[in-house]
Amino acid sequence: MSLFNVFQVASSAMTAQSMRLNAVASNLANADSVVSADGKPYRAKQVVFEATPMGDNGELSKGVRVRQVVEDAAPPRMVYDPKNPAADEKGYVAFSNVNVVEEMTNMISASRSYQTNVEVMNTAKTMMLRTLQIGQ
Amino acid sequence: MTTLTQDLSLFSQAMNLRTQRHQVLASNIANADTPNYKARDFSFENAMQNAMAGSVGGSVSMTTTSGRHLAGSNAGGSAALQYRKETQSAVDGNTVDMDVERSQIAENAMQYQIVSQLISDRIKGMRSALSSTNA
Repeated sequence: MSLFNVFQVASSAMTAQSMRLNAVASNLANADSVVSADGKPYRAKQVVFEATPMGDNGELSKGVRVRQVVEDAAPPRMVYDPKNPAADEKGYVAFSNVNVVEEMTNMISASRSYQTNVEVMNTAKTMMLRTLQIGQ
Repeated sequence: MTTLTQDLSLFSQAMNLRTQRHQVLASNIANADTPNYKARDFSFENAMQNAMAGSVGGSVSMTTTSGRHLAGSNAGGSAALQYRKETQSAVDGNTVDMDVERSQIAENAMQYQIVSQLISDRIKGMRSALSSTNA
């Protein structure tokens, strides 16, 4: 039954969107971080989506997968704060390069896309249930 | 009057194509945020006409060179996919228009339910014809 492919496609999209939401959460949490695990200022993480064939239908059904997670190349945010122990010799502290406005819009977009995919899945489910009721 | 088998094969062909279209539209929605993804779709009317031409005294029929060859039908193929025309271009090269896709998927699901209702009604009609002789 090829309607099952719709479930695969929609769930792959939901997984991808939740990974994006995860990246957003980590970026927002670290919006004011001065150092990350590697000792340098935290860099915003962005996911890169890629269309990938799903099931045995080739061109007909394409799901999504996260190809890679890239770090934002923007320069760190420099704040003048000589009292901060992380300040350099000129008194500037390098904060993370997270753009909070960008992350918020990213979050809204991810959650809307997630909702739409849930809806697609529900539609496919309704269609399958209708098929089961044929002749009753 | 067409036979029940003819009707059912026609309806099941329509359902198959509706299922295929649902998959294509679901892929479009799933890839709404994928860079450079181009939205796809196919014309149900054309695909259905092709399928009907294949099954009813078709344009392309298989040649049988032996009496034991099966006739075969051209009904089972999948539809030819096309790219959707973009209305507003996006910076990332994606051509999925969410409003179009959602309305199309709703329409497609409704048409699918109509076909399944037609099948049910056809079977119900046959049932009542069968039971009326016993009354």
